[in-house]
Amino acid sequence: MSNKLIAMTAAAAVVGSFAFAGAAVARDQIRIVGSSTVYPFTTAVAEQFGKSGAGKTPVVESTGTGGGMKLFCAGVGEANPDITNASRAIKKGEFEDCQKNGVKDIVEIKVGIDGLTIAQSKNGADTNLTRQQVFQALAEQVPDKDGKLIPNPYKKWSEIDPSLPDVKIEVLGPPPTSGTRDSFHELFMEKGAEAFPTLKALKKADSKAFDKVWKSIRKDGAYVEAGENDNVIVQKLEANKDAYGIFGYSFLEENGANLKGVSIEGVEPEYDAISAGKYKGARPLFIYVKKQHVGVVPGIDKFVEEYVSEKAMSKDGYLARKGLVALPKEEADKVRESAIGMKTLSADLVN
Amino acid sequence: MTDITASDAARVRRVDVTSSAAKARIRARYRREARFKLYGLAALSLAAVFVVVLIGDVLSRGLPAFWQYSLVLDVHVDPAAVSSGGKVDEASIRSADFYPLTKAALESMFPGELSRKAQKQLVRLVSTDAAMPLRDELVANPSLVGTTVKTPLILSATSDLYYKGAGTQIESREMRGIATPSGTSGEITVLSSANDFADALVHLKQRIAEQARSLRSEADRLELFAGDTVTARVKALRDEAEKLQQRVDQPKVEEELDNKMPSLLIAIDGGLMKITKLSDVSATGIVLLPLRSTDEAKPGTWQLVTYETPESNRKVTDQDVAFLERFKQLGHVEQSFNWTFLTAGDSREPELAGIRGALVGTALTLVVTLVLCLPIGVMAAIYLEEFAPKGRLTDIIEVNINNLAAVPSIVFGLLGLAVFLNFFGMPRSAPLVGGITLGLLVLPTIIIASRAALKAVPPSIKEAALGVGASHQQAIFHHVLPLAMPGIMTGTIIGMAHALGETAPLLMIGMIAFIVDIPHGFTDAATVLPVQIYLWSDLPEVAFKSKTAAAIIVLLMFLFVMNGAAIWLRKRFERRW
Repeated sequence: MSNKLIAMTAAAAVVGSFAFAGAAVARDQIRIVGSSTVYPFTTAVAEQFGKSGAGKTPVVESTGTGGGMKLFCAGVGEANPDITNASRAIKKGEFEDCQKNGVKDIVEIKVGIDGLTIAQSKNGADTNLTRQQVFQALAEQVPDKDGKLIPNPYKKWSEIDPSLPDVKIEVLGPPPTSGTRDSFHELFMEKGAEAFPTLKALKKADSKAFDKVWKSIRKDGAYVEAGENDNVIVQKLEANKDAYGIFGYSFLEENGANLKGVSIEGVEPEYDAISAGKYKGARPLFIYVKKQHVGVVPGIDKFVEEYVSEKAMSKDGYLARKGLVALPKEEADKVRESAIGMKTLSADLVN
Repeated sequence: MTDITASDAARVRRVDVTSSAAKARIRARYRREARFKLYGLAALSLAAVFVVVLIGDVLSRGLPAFWQYSLVLDVHVDPAAVSSGGKVDEASIRSADFYPLTKAALESMFPGELSRKAQKQLVRLVSTDAAMPLRDELVANPSLVGTTVKTPLILSATSDLYYKGAGTQIESREMRGIATPSGTSGEITVLSSANDFADALVHLKQRIAEQARSLRSEADRLELFAGDTVTARVKALRDEAEKLQQRVDQPKVEEELDNKMPSLLIAIDGGLMKITKLSDVSATGIVLLPLRSTDEAKPGTWQLVTYETPESNRKVTDQDVAFLERFKQLGHVEQSFNWTFLTAGDSREPELAGIRGALVGTALTLVVTLVLCLPIGVMAAIYLEEFAPKGRLTDIIEVNINNLAAVPSIVFGLLGLAVFLNFFGMPRSAPLVGGITLGLLVLPTIIIASRAALKAVPPSIKEAALGVGASHQQAIFHHVLPLAMPGIMTGTIIGMAHALGETAPLLMIGMIAFIVDIPHGFTDAATVLPVQIYLWSDLPEVAFKSKTAAAIIVLLMFLFVMNGAAIWLRKRFERRW
């Protein structure tokens, strides 16, 4: 018995030493981290890249935009990822962090647009909302007739505006940890709050107090946090025709047989409207490339080329089939040119 | 005498079991017991119901994913397409583009003119890597190049789901008149000698009337409220309802169909036309499948086909349904076991995605965990139980081992990130790091189980060994440890099963990732089964829902096998004394 145990310990030691040997070998596989919203698209490109025989299929991690930036900016060298996905533009703090850690040359590529949609069951009554109404339905505090902030009194949609359906307000959406939630606040709640003259005045007078107004969602059960998984929201909407859900356009497109989008200010969340910028609840998606790794880790330039190619990024490309809304043609051409030329981001373009 | 009996009677408490009060007490006791048994039974059956519902749900969703429909077609393998530099070898076949071959094979199914749009849709019915089975066949047997091979083409996930029932009900009705189509492709009109379309038209008008009614009731509801926005909306609704009503009131006027109503089609002369405009004697529409000729069709040889689910309520278009139904009619569709699911790595195309990468990753990770944990855990248990001097220090260690067993698993992930990745510089996403991290997680479980197993060996065994002159170490290793082994094995396997289900610690060390290549070593990038399930459950494609459930089935099987092994080992080595 003792011999067996000693043999096992030895095996463990061998495995351990193998680890360090492995770490010393140069990396020949692209590593990507970042947003779970961009993940479905980057993985599709990674798979195509791998199939085309240009190199090993990149490893794509789903860490969230913030977590991805942290890893990306940790430094240069093969222990650090080459590319990060982001569902928003890089922040000033993150950019400075990158610079401090020696990640000097960053290439920003806008890969497409994601429509943040409010959707409902096909069996529900057609709805047309404004961002102001969304704010009224979901904010913790709303202005009353005199513009004074009061705790949200609305229980039914029809109390906000008689033309809205006469049903209880019930909206399923992402939890605060999600990047989709951040976008929802910025695209819907902030803009909705600004539609009130008194709140607009508040923004000028006391921007901190204003931020608090649009960043707080009511906690009395009208807004239901459904977890990070958007499919859970989809299933709940299919079961309850009076509920509304918040998620990315790709989920609406994929589940178009059972769900329909809610128009925002008269514009339905449809492919063309989002692409043209008419739909108000849309946000751009990015990938950031570490230029210092190009040429060191093989294939990064080829991968970027694949990402911005016509067959991937255009309106008929395979990313559009996965639910990404393509950029308008001229913008796409510009993005393609600067991406292939590896134009780096300068500090004054970040805010 | 009587005194004594009296005092005896006073001292001995007599219980009269025949009194009605006593009988009631006894009955109450029995009732209490019966009630308790009932509670137990109820709890058990409730638990059983939960398990049955859970397993039933997973099986009903997941089992279809183990079967896959494919399209068996004759594909002509053009030597030019699979050769590079005039030579045909394995490399050239593997790197060849099979798209033109599959496209040609698909189009040869539909002689006649297909519109460009229809051609495009036809190709989308099959997977982006539809010719995978053909490629494997050619690699195995290169002499097939230049011949026509009967081969299955993998269908796209949407088409696969259509055959699995996520499509539409189809109804077909024979027609009485003589029909004359005006063309074989593009937009055509079919005239009928009898008023064949009248029924369909009546049906259509009824639906429109219904729509108008619902618009009017919505307007009535809104009218109860005042306000400018409402008045405008009410007016718009009323106008729309009025327009619809006009259409209903003129029964002979032709009607246009939209994608919110069931689709009407005409199957005639071997082709299929989708009706866009309908009157009681003629129908105008777009040809989905080309007609053989513009011959007159006799009564009973042509049909009016209805796709019950409106086009906007399903994922497949009318054109898709037309193609897929034709394939089925001609017997080209076959269902077979989905080997791809068990042999392929991850993919973003549901029909090509497989579980093997995650399965191998799980095995590699668990091997590292086992190799690390079993010796360290057992040694630590033996030392603590048999050799360590009893004292304050040992107590502190004991308490901390018990505490460690209750630490949330994400904490171990953070530890793994800080120590193994950042300090030791080990590779990200590697089963090695995953295994070590999970090893830390299950180590306390194994130590506690091993100590319990060692403690359960009767002291007489050790004492007998010591009595005949064995050293302490000999007594432990030769006599106590073998007897404790079944218990240690059980504890280890329960610990491993725990590790098998963990995802949280793996997030921090980069194993929650999209990895296509199947890992070959402990430092290759890999992921594990529960992570694969989590990742698939979050993807938008509907087909991944059943893949997720199928992956859960595989994970459950893995668990059953491990627990089965635990039971077998225990039975095999168990000794009674």
